[in-house]
Amino acid sequence: MLQTVLDTKPMNSLASARDAHLTAYRFMLLARVLDDRFAALWRAGRIHGGVFLSRGQEALSAAIGVSLKKGDVFAPLIRDAAGRLAFGESVLDAARTYLGSALGPMRGRDGNVHRGKPREGYLPMISHLGAMISVVNGILLARRFKNIPGTVGVASIGDGATSTGAFHEALNQAAIEKLPLVLVVADNQYAYSTPTSRQFACKDLTDKAVGYGVEAHSVDGTDLTACLKVVGNAIARAREGHGPQLVVATLLRLCGHGEHDDANYIDLKIKKSPVGRDCLKVAGDFLLRQKWADAASLKTLRDEVLHEVEEAVAQAQREPAPDPFVEEWRAISSRHLSETHEEV
Amino acid sequence: MSITYLEAIREAQAHALRDDPRVFIYGQDVGVFGGAFKATKNLAKEFPGRVLDAPISEDAIMGLAIGAAIEGMRPIIEMQFADFSTVGFNQIVNQAATLFWRTTVPCPITVRLPMGGTSGGGPFHSQCMETIYAHYPGLIVLTPATVEDAYSMLLEAVAIDDPVIFCEHKFLYYHLKAEKLPSEALPVGKARIAREGRDMTIVAYSAMVHEALEAAKELSPEGWEVEVVDLRSVKPLDTDTVMASVARTGRLLCVGEAWPWGGVTAEVIARVTSEGFGLLDVPPQRLNAKDTPVPYHPNLWTAHRPTAHAIADAARKLLRL
Repeated sequence: MLQTVLDTKPMNSLASARDAHLTAYRFMLLARVLDDRFAALWRAGRIHGGVFLSRGQEALSAAIGVSLKKGDVFAPLIRDAAGRLAFGESVLDAARTYLGSALGPMRGRDGNVHRGKPREGYLPMISHLGAMISVVNGILLARRFKNIPGTVGVASIGDGATSTGAFHEALNQAAIEKLPLVLVVADNQYAYSTPTSRQFACKDLTDKAVGYGVEAHSVDGTDLTACLKVVGNAIARAREGHGPQLVVATLLRLCGHGEHDDANYIDLKIKKSPVGRDCLKVAGDFLLRQKWADAASLKTLRDEVLHEVEEAVAQAQREPAPDPFVEEWRAISSRHLSETHEEV
Repeated sequence: MSITYLEAIREAQAHALRDDPRVFIYGQDVGVFGGAFKATKNLAKEFPGRVLDAPISEDAIMGLAIGAAIEGMRPIIEMQFADFSTVGFNQIVNQAATLFWRTTVPCPITVRLPMGGTSGGGPFHSQCMETIYAHYPGLIVLTPATVEDAYSMLLEAVAIDDPVIFCEHKFLYYHLKAEKLPSEALPVGKARIAREGRDMTIVAYSAMVHEALEAAKELSPEGWEVEVVDLRSVKPLDTDTVMASVARTGRLLCVGEAWPWGGVTAEVIARVTSEGFGLLDVPPQRLNAKDTPVPYHPNLWTAHRPTAHAIADAARKLLRL
């Protein structure tokens, strides 16, 4: 396994480290506040379908988002609220998708975490785990065909998705083509209710990298500083032409799979272990210790974020819902080839 | 000079690669080897870097094609056998087929499926997949029966902005020949009257068109004039041409090499009976493969799929009703 170099480019000066932390922390907090708001709306019956929170995974996810550049590719998974925002998603689009606004990117056709803007390199996940990785490969290969250098693509998955055939096929494919893919695994100890002991038998998920011939990195997913360093380094290595990078972050999902799930299966011992730390609190404490923030500035930040979320939710709620009578019930773009056969 | 159905497929791909820098080919053994059936023969040499061997990973092959299509490329995917596309099924039906509807971003991919039975192929190298793909919204499913259609419809498939499942019949690869490649063609979505007749309509597609034409020939000396409609594309399905033919003949037999449950033949009959019940003089019938996996031995295989004789027998029963 590759030892991550501590002195990476985005963190090579104290000022840039401070900026990276503050930027990432803001997205972490924004994601947490937005999640809390969605959970409240769900409990109030205002959201159709499920609500899936990112609680406990914000540090890792934000580190991805702030380490990517414009023009890069990001295929987030369920618990990437922070990374999505850091990659450029607006709070309003997130709210629109959860609240089913016709003006949102998914126009009520899909909801919750199934949102994205493929033209902007931000891919909307399908529910089948591991399926987005090879799609990122395809975009990266196309960039190579088009002689657009320097693109990196990140695909996020969980420990559960490492068991899929799609994961295996896509990581192997990326390795064969030496694509600048960074595959970030959030090992959050449970795939829905299934513990990792029933998911894989290798000692560490990074062991898998050897079999694919790719570089691997481990990181404490509860520690923003570590996430920024390790994810940032993996992305830099991919960008420099070192081929696919596998990042495995250890953390704990601090909520149910969705808000319908009370997560009573989570082992109390893990909750109380360092893996169960809340990354948002850890990051906040770090900012205070470094004197990069104080109680007042954190309070101001929280107020700002709360305001931003309230505005977005209020606007999304005012927007029209999709109308089945004006909906164009056509699944292909070639209008002339849509079925002439209509139901009577 | 004559050109086979298989050569037409190769020529169409060469044409697409020549005309459009966005086109590339990706699939197992398609590179220097030229493909299991040689449908990409010499293309890797002619178009360096644009005809890529893929690992045996149908899911990732399709996923990569989808990503490339999002980025504006026009991938042509060769599934070595249509049967193996089930391994990439998830990407095809859940990712490619839903992308435009979810996001307004089109997904221009052509998936070539060498399909259908050949003697000795057996259960896993003989399947017809058109029914299963036509069932999913968001896909276009083509089933060319002639050399000309193999060429022109493949070119059109590459130009279409949506995912196209291109079902090319292996039985026709070497048998079927034409004098030259066509300069013009019916567009995708239009069926073709392969033979005119007044007494009954046989609707068929892919290799079954030729069995149906043979059956029509067999019935001709008996005094029956059978019309054969070649669907060409099963999705979209040209209901108008079928209905117009049934309006002329009053009798309908649908023939498909796929399994009987549901499917293209059932769909055609459902449409004709619900929209053109009054056009029918007798109940419509259909003939499909038997409801078992496709057998290996030629004795069993020829009895499993509809043949010209079996079609003629079914037609006689229908004509005597």
